[in-house]
Amino acid sequence: MAEFHIDAKGLQCPAPIMRLFNQIKIAQPSDLVIIEVTDVGFKRDVEAWCHKMKHELVAVTEGDGVITAHIRKV
Amino acid sequence: MADDKKTIIVFSGELDRVMAAMVIARGAAAMGNEVTLFFTFWGLNILRKPAPPPVKKSFLEAMFGMMMPRGAGKVKLSKLNMGGLGTLMMQHVMKTKNVPSLPEMIAEAQEFGVKFIACTMSMDIMGIKPEELIDGLEFAGVAGYLGSADEANVNLFI
Repeated sequence: MAEFHIDAKGLQCPAPIMRLFNQIKIAQPSDLVIIEVTDVGFKRDVEAWCHKMKHELVAVTEGDGVITAHIRKV
Repeated sequence: MADDKKTIIVFSGELDRVMAAMVIARGAAAMGNEVTLFFTFWGLNILRKPAPPPVKKSFLEAMFGMMMPRGAGKVKLSKLNMGGLGTLMMQHVMKTKNVPSLPEMIAEAQEFGVKFIACTMSMDIMGIKPEELIDGLEFAGVAGYLGSADEANVNLFI
């Protein structure tokens, strides 16, 4: 079970979800993708993205202006 | 009607409007959609090559070509253009905030598999020939667009 980290800090919408899309594409089911963004809209975006793409949103945390999301590929 | 297909008619040829279309297109592609962009009228200017090969045109066609912006790098804001100053300021702000330029957004969208279709009727009216447009395009009329729109669950006119 692999873990992938994406540093999308400083990137503008929709670049973070584009990065997430590409990473999930090459990940295996059960792999974890951890993405960090500074885009404040991302919390809502990642929920919608996971709902649409049918992957598991494990956790979303915020702190110091950075939103960190953990997504597990289903 | 599928929930993974989206289309956008890009009728506008202004920087702010076309950028909005490209953000939506790239976002939709990043959510697993098959995205089709139909460029018509002023939107065709976005697809013009900055340095096209010489083409034979009538006088009016040549006039059209000269008066309209050539390519995504040359389009202006729809408001506050202020003789070009507003557009320059917007491009500067975009750069400092890490927003890709319009030509970069287009290249990204193409890499993501977004389909770019040029409206042949508009091309005819404005005297724009296929060789004057960027690579990677398909050409269609309104029926071609409507066929795609029929299958999509979101169809926008920008």
